[in-house]
Amino acid sequence: MIDRRDDSDIEIERRFVPKAKDINEDIAWAQINKDVLRSMERPRPMYWVIFAASLALFGFGVFCEVYQYQTGLGVADLNNPQVWGLYIATFIFWIGMSHSGTLLSAILHIMHADWRKPIYRFAEAMTTFSLMTAGLFVLVHLGRVWQFYYVVAYPNERWTWPNFNSPLVWDATAIGTYLTSSIVFLYFGMIPDLAICRDTATGFRRKFYWFLSLGWQGTDRQWANFRVAYLTIACFLIPLAVSVHSIVATDFAVSQQPGWHITSFPPYFVAGALYSGCAAIITLFIILRYVFRFEEYMTMPILDKTCRLTFAIAMVWTYLNLIEYASVWYGNDVYAKETLIYRATGLYAPYWWAMNFLGSVVPFMLAFKSMRNNLTIMMVVSLLLNMGMWLERFMIISPTFAHGYYPWTWTSGWWPSWVQWGIVLGSFGWFSMLFMLFCKIFPTVSMYEVKEMVYHRSEARKARNL
Amino acid sequence: MSLSNLIKNWSSLRVKRPYQDQYKNADYKWGMVIDLDSCTGCNACTTACYAENNLPVVGKESFSKGQAMHWLRIERYWGEGTELAQFPDHGAQFLPMMCQQCESAPCEVVCPVGATHHTPDGLNSQVYNRCIGSRYCSANCPYKVRYFNWWQYPERAWPNPLEKQLNPDVTVRSKGVMEKCTFCVQRLTAAKNQARTDGRRVADGEVTTACAQACPTSAITFGNMADSQSQVAKIWARQQVELASDKQDKKDEGLRGYRIFEELRTYPSVLYLERVRNSDA
Repeated sequence: MIDRRDDSDIEIERRFVPKAKDINEDIAWAQINKDVLRSMERPRPMYWVIFAASLALFGFGVFCEVYQYQTGLGVADLNNPQVWGLYIATFIFWIGMSHSGTLLSAILHIMHADWRKPIYRFAEAMTTFSLMTAGLFVLVHLGRVWQFYYVVAYPNERWTWPNFNSPLVWDATAIGTYLTSSIVFLYFGMIPDLAICRDTATGFRRKFYWFLSLGWQGTDRQWANFRVAYLTIACFLIPLAVSVHSIVATDFAVSQQPGWHITSFPPYFVAGALYSGCAAIITLFIILRYVFRFEEYMTMPILDKTCRLTFAIAMVWTYLNLIEYASVWYGNDVYAKETLIYRATGLYAPYWWAMNFLGSVVPFMLAFKSMRNNLTIMMVVSLLLNMGMWLERFMIISPTFAHGYYPWTWTSGWWPSWVQWGIVLGSFGWFSMLFMLFCKIFPTVSMYEVKEMVYHRSEARKARNL
Repeated sequence: MSLSNLIKNWSSLRVKRPYQDQYKNADYKWGMVIDLDSCTGCNACTTACYAENNLPVVGKESFSKGQAMHWLRIERYWGEGTELAQFPDHGAQFLPMMCQQCESAPCEVVCPVGATHHTPDGLNSQVYNRCIGSRYCSANCPYKVRYFNWWQYPERAWPNPLEKQLNPDVTVRSKGVMEKCTFCVQRLTAAKNQARTDGRRVADGEVTTACAQACPTSAITFGNMADSQSQVAKIWARQQVELASDKQDKKDEGLRGYRIFEELRTYPSVLYLERVRNSDA
């Protein structure tokens, strides 16, 4: 956004507040190309450490899944009534993570917030990869993975359809659509940058980028079409992002169980999704900034804005969370109230209180400028926020199973087995492995949009100085 | 079916269950009555169910993890903190619990592949071949009477030559599918086929479930509720419990019949008769 404050404000600010360094407006376009392309060549050694760690985690996850596939879901120590365990909780977590990519790339694009430009590419990649991770959990938790395609409405000789009443079918459709669209969006927005890669790369890479850049020449006509198409996809993606987590919420809201059958779940889930997604963006921002030496582009003012956005969303989430408790507490549904009391006092009480603390109190750290300017603190805080959001999903699933309608099935203790934990950790490995690979192969900072941003800012400055 | 037909007849194509006199003209509607006053908690019904329906005995370790496969379970409740909780009774109360064959079953709507659905004779059926094991049905079941095959039980529960004692009329389920009480559907099908061959309706008492057959105190009564002269239909009528109603309008306060979680509007097909206790004892 063009700075609209008048000069006197700027003068005062310049005198009293030490201004954090933003993107250098005089940076040469060739320098932008060089810096971003360099990130694809020689990252800091930390890159390989992270990559190796995620590969190891992923390998362990694959081992656990193969073991579970061969032996049966019994190795996960799931039981009746704890039929879902960590799998579905982590599934919701990953679906949630996917939302902020769209927030940054599509919603803020339409709102012309130009500070998103250096960071939206990796946020969009995060969307795509966390959706792919979430999709894995849908498969992992199935008893008969090999027949997952029964959920898809495909033509077959027996004329059997999936059950369109079931929220799981809505899920499959919504996630499939969102994943496809976000891959298209990610790829489409990258085409001009891929052309830059093509023009500088050599050998087999040149062929690779040549193929992917679809003959981009950067002509006026191409740019005009590109703009229109990009905006169209962005507009298409926004309702999808909202609908996908609303539909995940209906898995619970449509069901009859106490603690799930809550009308406010869809907006609550969407808020939680944006929340954890924004927190994840802060984490990845700090990692990428260090690993790929992006200090020039991923600047502190951008982090500052992201943190303020996260704080606002955290407060929305807190509000919806409290509203949920209040409506259950004052409602006449004795079962739901019992389950709520059980969450706060029963077996899962430590996790429930931790979730409320991490989700609603810790974000207040983001309200202080001195905190927002400290990378170490922000790294820790963003990880804590995401831990809180993971606990939130865990606290939706397990207490309802442990203390549902039927007293005979109330469980005194249930803990997931190492296989479940292994698969959950493996999913983090899978996500960061894909993400790190992406960052190495594709330009993580959008070169053409940073150029635009620099151009507009210097124009604005010129206009101000005249 | 054309699109215009679909739009025009949308309301009639929606599943609305149950409704008044749904089974008035039907041949069969299977139902059950369990008299808790007669139940001694002897577990004969559970054993019979294990034998009839090829239920695997999961072993101590799995059982303690809550992975037992008892389609019919005897629940024990103790009268703790009441004056009934004295020796020798301890206020012990037994409740045989199996799939309630709900007329508006929470499990049926949520199954993504339609593996569990309602049959015309009022059963809540489970199609093992279609089940993909998402376990959503179990998550949404208020009674938690659905059991999942966590392991490949055929190998674990019936090592050679034990597989020779399996009931040939009942599928042996593989790992990864959901299962539950079927009201011994293999017996019902056989009886219906026999009756159809003879050109008649299945007579009352001609077919019964394994649990009802094994019960030494005849606490379980099973039969065809569409036949108003059957034992089951008579008890339901005597207890003034309507199948398609979620609030019973009982004229007599002393009637013992009730359905579990009636207020959740699942419309179960199993009627329980309350236990009568002498509270002065």
